[in-house]
Amino acid sequence: MSSTEFTSREQSQMKRTGVYVCHCGGNISEVVDVKRVAESVLGQPDVVLAKTHEHMCSETGQNLVINDIKEHRLDRIVIAACSPQFQGPTFKATLDKAGLSPYVLEMANIREQCAWPHFGFPGEATRKAMSLVGMALAKVDLDEILKKLTFPIGRRVLVIGGGIAGIQASLDLGDAGFDVYLVEKEASIGGKMMQLSRTFPTEDCAACILSPKMADVAANRNIHMLTYSEIENIEGYLGHYEVTVKKKPTYVNPDKCTCCGDCVDVCPAVAPNELDQGLLSRKAIYLPSPIAVPHAYVLDIKACLGLLPIACGKCKEICDPGAVDFNMRPELIRFTVDTIIVATGYDIFDAGQKKVYGFGQYENVVTALDVERMIVHAAEGNPMRPMGKRIAFIQCVGSRDEQVGNESCSRICCMYATKLSQLLKRSDPSRDIYVFYTDLRAYGKGFEEYYKRAQGDGVKFIRGRPAELVEDPRTKKVTLRAEDTLTRTIIESEFDLVVLSVGLRPNEGTEAIAKLLRLGKSPDGFLQEAHPKFRPVDTLTDGVFLAGTVQGPKDIPDTVAQASAASSRAIRLMNRGEYDVDPVTAFVHVESCDGCGLCVDRCPSQALSLSANVAVINEALCKGCGSCIAHCPKAALDLHCYTNDQMLAQVRAALSDKEGPDVRTLIFADDMTGYRLADNVGTAKMSYALDSRIIRVPSCSRVTPQLMLQAIALGADGLILCESEKNSNPYPHSVPTIMSHVSKAKEILGQVDIAQDRIHFVQFVTVMLAGFVNNINRLSEIARKLGPIPAEPLQRLSQDMDKKLFGGDHDS
Amino acid sequence: MIPKIVLTSGHVDFLKKVSELSGQVVTQCDQCGTCSASCPMVDGMDITPAQMMRLVQLGRREVLESKAMWICASCFACTVRCPRGLDLSKVAEALRQIQLRQAIDHIDIKSIPKDEIERLPQIALVSGCRKFTG
Repeated sequence: MSSTEFTSREQSQMKRTGVYVCHCGGNISEVVDVKRVAESVLGQPDVVLAKTHEHMCSETGQNLVINDIKEHRLDRIVIAACSPQFQGPTFKATLDKAGLSPYVLEMANIREQCAWPHFGFPGEATRKAMSLVGMALAKVDLDEILKKLTFPIGRRVLVIGGGIAGIQASLDLGDAGFDVYLVEKEASIGGKMMQLSRTFPTEDCAACILSPKMADVAANRNIHMLTYSEIENIEGYLGHYEVTVKKKPTYVNPDKCTCCGDCVDVCPAVAPNELDQGLLSRKAIYLPSPIAVPHAYVLDIKACLGLLPIACGKCKEICDPGAVDFNMRPELIRFTVDTIIVATGYDIFDAGQKKVYGFGQYENVVTALDVERMIVHAAEGNPMRPMGKRIAFIQCVGSRDEQVGNESCSRICCMYATKLSQLLKRSDPSRDIYVFYTDLRAYGKGFEEYYKRAQGDGVKFIRGRPAELVEDPRTKKVTLRAEDTLTRTIIESEFDLVVLSVGLRPNEGTEAIAKLLRLGKSPDGFLQEAHPKFRPVDTLTDGVFLAGTVQGPKDIPDTVAQASAASSRAIRLMNRGEYDVDPVTAFVHVESCDGCGLCVDRCPSQALSLSANVAVINEALCKGCGSCIAHCPKAALDLHCYTNDQMLAQVRAALSDKEGPDVRTLIFADDMTGYRLADNVGTAKMSYALDSRIIRVPSCSRVTPQLMLQAIALGADGLILCESEKNSNPYPHSVPTIMSHVSKAKEILGQVDIAQDRIHFVQFVTVMLAGFVNNINRLSEIARKLGPIPAEPLQRLSQDMDKKLFGGDHDS
Repeated sequence: MIPKIVLTSGHVDFLKKVSELSGQVVTQCDQCGTCSASCPMVDGMDITPAQMMRLVQLGRREVLESKAMWICASCFACTVRCPRGLDLSKVAEALRQIQLRQAIDHIDIKSIPKDEIERLPQIALVSGCRKFTG
């Protein structure tokens, strides 16, 4: 076998291809001689006709294609016009109308990637356009006839977390007629909002506006509420998530419990009350909250003296309706859902970590959430403890502080401190209240007015972050030291109470859920949305959505808005009863697969598995990145629309018109950024080296080391892989994958004494126009400087390429 | 009287120099004042540590005339507490370096009578003559 022959898997049958070259009203034809381009393909074996048209995308242009398909029985179409990113969908619809699969269309991008960037060089641009059409023809020949995949989907949703986010999402979905499983780990739904006094900036009573919503959840027939329950396991994919929930025993039958409270009176065991942040106590048998839903007592097994009549059993004895049941056992509940909303919420920052403030040691240093409870009890005429006259709030505790490992702002603390300070001041105007802040952020609707109101009420805002607190061991009063940075003086003052405005951290349960559902985290530890601007409640796991503070700190209105957004995104997927999947998925050449299983763990979407010793791809999970292909030593893995044969055919076509001293560089550009960037460069009429050929891929992780080396062996002088930078990449794993592919290819180039500088990997965002141009030009320069690769190393490269790539282990 | 300052590119040069010498991104200081309130020497200073950072941010060379950087004991209380992770001790040291490299003699030994030299503590003489060191 000669060194540069790489055989196609199957001999392609004769195709009937129609080629259309567009003038684009002069946009193309003023630079490129479209007639010559059309003529150049006539006479090629598969080409039945080649035509030019003023505006291919116009109705007459589209009708021309439709009529030709019928009249000439065309089964492959090449349209040389603008970018497929631009009019691709139009022409796909045209083929569909004519009864052809939209996947037998290839577009040669001779506008954005030829006529526009090379407008100064009409002759060369025409030759390049011919080359681009040649590449499209090579690819279209191997196009498979694909259909959109459709999967059925039901109307069941799992909502994880019963705080205000989970409540809102469940109500929206339940009201819309979807089946909701609402799983809450505490004994009552309601979450953190249930603990709050009032809400900023309107000062509604939190419990008063929350309790009707909680009651609505209980009353909604479509919502199955699973409280005191935790997620054990979730497996599956969009349309088929198998959920296992463990329901802890409450030892009280909620259907029989009348909430008379007799059991509480006789219970001898005491524990800290979670609702009051542990500042007050409760009995082992207790009602989680006065507004608890489900409204029933719970027996806390950790605090209880024992579930045996011999140990205590007083509650069981006194319960008239016989609701107390010591024989309850943990229950495993299994069900299947189609989509999932994660609303696991937040925990407050553990203020004890900020040692200089002495939280947990000084009795008069408390958190803002503690103060919420104190205000609730004081308002009920039942003060928990004296709060004193001189009160200081310290902002940004656990936020914006590298010393505790959290750089971000928690967003809500400025306003809750503004609220609490006002409530305290108004309930006792003789109080002297100070808020020590670094920056006061009153960004929301009505916030600035609310801040002004607090200032008007006499709350003093001091710009400076307190450095330390010291307790007087005798009086227990706390001395605070801070700089008033506006007057440049040091403040040292004593306070009766210091309130720490603690920031938000992801709820501790979030980690396990994120792992089960393969959800990413942002640097602040909260869960990562699929796109920060356009997919703010989606995740990269299909059918899984985020609602509320699990995605990042936010206030109640934002949480509720996001919960409604998440439910509407879930409804969008489920409402039609089926959903479409792009057929651009990986597939297996079964005859080549030897069942080694090397690929299975490499799929970031876990779409690959082994079945009967052959790799199997779950098309519902496969995202079509193509990163698995490189891991197969038998070349058994492939990607629809970007098959190994098609990639190689395009490379070969791109190099076919290279003559003598010509340099030819290949630019692999990912769909998301690289290819769009190339289009943007053209639209901006920025010129770059004519000797480049751009090849579109879903992600550069599809470009295997083998393909890179084959391209070099076939005569490419240099390669660039252009990929979306990691943060905006739809395939978050792709950047490290490409890096390892590129270093593998370079390593082999080094072994055969070919300059490693011929392969480059660059990460882009779509606005880096000049960077794109510079990279292409620099590669051409490098290629020119290096000169053609001598025959000897080229031959060594082509020999035993598989062995170099995969070693000898897999040759058996 | 309230002083008026004009911001010029010369100010940027001074900021750049301090940033280079200290290795600290001084512009990231968000002026919370934790350093000032943590500083055990602040009572003896003419400007607070946070104020020193502010003057450097604005590139105002008059910070070199302040006593604060000389009073700084390099105890690192500010450094371990800075919420932005900045090392103020290094910034103070950079300012001291800039000042020292101007090679200003604070005393002229030749003009001091011999008997007085004998009475003066040696360390006072050495530090009074210090140049190009730090």
